[in-house]
Amino acid sequence: MTAVWLVIAALALATAGLKLAGPLALGGRPLRPGLMSIVELLASALLAALVVVETFGKGRSLVLDARVLGAAFAVLAVWRRAPMIVVVIGAAAVTAVARLLF
Amino acid sequence: MEGAGERRRAGIRRGLPFGIAVFVIAISFGVLAHPLMGTVAPIVMSIVVFSGAAQFGALAVLLAGGSTGAAIVAGVLLNARYLAMGIALAPSLRVSALSRAGFAMPLVDASWAAASRGDGTFDPWYLVGVSIPQYVGWVLGTVVGVLVGSHLGDPKALGLDALFPAFFIVLLYEEARGRRRLAAAAGGAGIALVLTPLVPVGLPILAAAAAAVAASRMRP
Repeated sequence: MTAVWLVIAALALATAGLKLAGPLALGGRPLRPGLMSIVELLASALLAALVVVETFGKGRSLVLDARVLGAAFAVLAVWRRAPMIVVVIGAAAVTAVARLLF
Repeated sequence: MEGAGERRRAGIRRGLPFGIAVFVIAISFGVLAHPLMGTVAPIVMSIVVFSGAAQFGALAVLLAGGSTGAAIVAGVLLNARYLAMGIALAPSLRVSALSRAGFAMPLVDASWAAASRGDGTFDPWYLVGVSIPQYVGWVLGTVVGVLVGSHLGDPKALGLDALFPAFFIVLLYEEARGRRRLAAAAGGAGIALVLTPLVPVGLPILAAAAAAVAASRMRP
């Protein structure tokens, strides 16, 4: 539980620091262009890694289970521009039904 | 020129649909966080962190058995985009340091995008307004989620573990626009796939940052 509170405190401070750095510390000065483009690309790279790990990961192995069907539904629903609520609840429902059937 | 109050109210109206979506996502965060974090910690986390990507990301790492450090670094890297958004916002805040902090703290993705005037400047009061329903929705949804979560049965039987990939797919679809971001996403996915069997849990997600470094060298 100490670990959980440590994560909460660290993320609260870091998130505030990231939001405030530009308006307070940097005073309107931009970052080096190279650094700026890395910062802008980090979310894409990490979100894609999280999709892979949360769809196929089970500890240190890769598995194919009912989550794959849920994730496939999510991709399809996002592509068809379904609202976020439909995407998320639908993915859980597809996964639950797949577990019930197989 | 409209007054601050009117701009803020206009922002709140614009933010209401976001607030409803965020409310539902926060319920799923509360439900998923409850078994690991209990009742109070997820609510406190939503109050003080107020970031879906970082909270879901850190929770995913912890639930998979990753280390505290890996969970923190994953959350920080997922929120690194706020550094870029804050830098873009800074020139539009011609007020005292305390007020600049007050405008920057409610910054979240949807508000930043909605408050952009399209010429590189931002409407600060509108940004605050759009964030208000999202903050309320995020905290209230988390409260509902932990309360519901304590009465739910097996989360896996309900398919709740699939909420993680589904949520990240939604965020990725919004984020990965343009050649370089797509390249960063493809590289990050590849790195995670290759490293998952090889290194401790949590590290493949951090290693995906290398794809962002590589993609930053591409021509925009």
